[in-house]
Amino acid sequence: MLKIENLHVSYGGIRALRGISLEVPDGKIVTLIGANGAGKSTMLRTITGLVKAESGSIRWNDHELLGQPTDRIIGTGIAMCPEGRRVFADLTVLENLKIGAYLRKDRAGIQEDLQSVYDLFPRLKERVWQMAGTLSGGEQQMLTVGRALMSRPQLLLLDEPSLGLAPLVVQDIFSIIKKINKQGTTLLLIEQNANMALRTADLAYVLETGNITMFGTGADLLADEKVKEAYLGKHKN
Amino acid sequence: MARILPYLLGGISVGGQYALIAIGYTMVYGILRLINFAHGDIFTAAGFFMVYAAASLPIYVSVAVVILLTIFMGVLVERVAYKPLRSAPRMSVMISAIGMSYLLQNVMWYITGGLAKRYPIIPWISNSVTILGYTTKRVTIITPFLTLILVVALVILIQKTKIGMAMRAASRDFETAQLMGIKIDNVISFTFVVGSALAAVGSLLYFSNYATVTPVVGAMPGLKAFVAAVFGGIGSIPGAVLGGFIIGISETLTKGAGLTTFSDAVTFALLIIILVVKPTGLFGEKPTQKV
Repeated sequence: MLKIENLHVSYGGIRALRGISLEVPDGKIVTLIGANGAGKSTMLRTITGLVKAESGSIRWNDHELLGQPTDRIIGTGIAMCPEGRRVFADLTVLENLKIGAYLRKDRAGIQEDLQSVYDLFPRLKERVWQMAGTLSGGEQQMLTVGRALMSRPQLLLLDEPSLGLAPLVVQDIFSIIKKINKQGTTLLLIEQNANMALRTADLAYVLETGNITMFGTGADLLADEKVKEAYLGKHKN
Repeated sequence: MARILPYLLGGISVGGQYALIAIGYTMVYGILRLINFAHGDIFTAAGFFMVYAAASLPIYVSVAVVILLTIFMGVLVERVAYKPLRSAPRMSVMISAIGMSYLLQNVMWYITGGLAKRYPIIPWISNSVTILGYTTKRVTIITPFLTLILVVALVILIQKTKIGMAMRAASRDFETAQLMGIKIDNVISFTFVVGSALAAVGSLLYFSNYATVTPVVGAMPGLKAFVAAVFGGIGSIPGAVLGGFIIGISETLTKGAGLTTFSDAVTFALLIIILVVKPTGLFGEKPTQKV
């Protein structure tokens, strides 16, 4: 269970998060939706230690993550797919996947997980020797997800996995997200595509200019008039 | 042919020495996007380490001690002058590098009193050999082979090992590399270890050709190795090696043509030409756009 309490973060002189509290229960898909610049990415970057917080607490199982270096945080069973498909362009697909397992020493387990990533993304298996930079946008996104899974994470943080992808590929990605969750991984998903995110998630938070303004199940928020108006592009008649 | 052979051999040899130093420049640039101006002074310091080590230790023990001390020094420079500036603007780190270079030079002046120190003779590699009727020190013949062996070992290290993979990943994207659990500081330290070790080997080979070391004698080969790295395309290891050989050979051939006065000028003219024709150098990476 990830439990964030009263988190304050300033980023480039802007108060990006202003006292956020939220929970990600084990085995669930939790989504954080909000407009551009609401602080969604900052949230994930703070959890993984890429951004330093001013105050608050981030508890993950028995660990306090705040103030820990990124490699230590990753070592506690958290993985993150950064925004914008940041594959290592001049490493091969296989190397990208192997580097996802950088902290692991169990060779047999790594091979096993490599197989299950191939099962999840057969396309990657066809292209293991290709440089990651030569993949299409959708394939690169699949590679970042596969790479994150290679660390066998308990908690997977996804930053805008649908960004800039064709609608069909977006559907693929979301069905894979559900599959990953069924296999036992907890997910915290950040999305601008609120419609897809709310359909997929068990629990959802709405983030507006650094504050949580709404909380509920995915279905609740999907039906909420204010959410519909602001994030789903449906106006009241 | 018989007349240019000695110059060609000498050029290949000094080129190999430039290449070994140039790799240190290019690797640090590859990962930190920083020109480590202190690298040439670390090369000189390795020369003095040999002078002082050989004064009290057996010669082959001294060689090992020199390599270890040079590695220690390279890593120390990184810790003191670059690591605290990790998130500072690149210009600040560069100024720090220039400052570090002058600091090392002046410390060497202070310790040696500016006097030339006699460089010890390393048996075997300093012995004379005759090849194709031309007599030279054995180091001339060994250098290109040793350089190539070390370069091949380095390429294997970078392409086939886990730390090599981490280096390649970090040189592209620090943040994402950290998200894989890679400790960036360790990867950077390792880069300085490799670069300094190669500079130490380069220094042992280079100074074997000379009788003495002074605090400024390393400045020119350091600068030429830097030119070699830029010529080959800074950030590229094959580029640095090829650049080293090209600079070394063209320099000695100029001398062979009786134009010794202009040999340095030719080196820098080559640099200007390549920068005009191909600003990224022979194997330089295209500037990547972040989308």
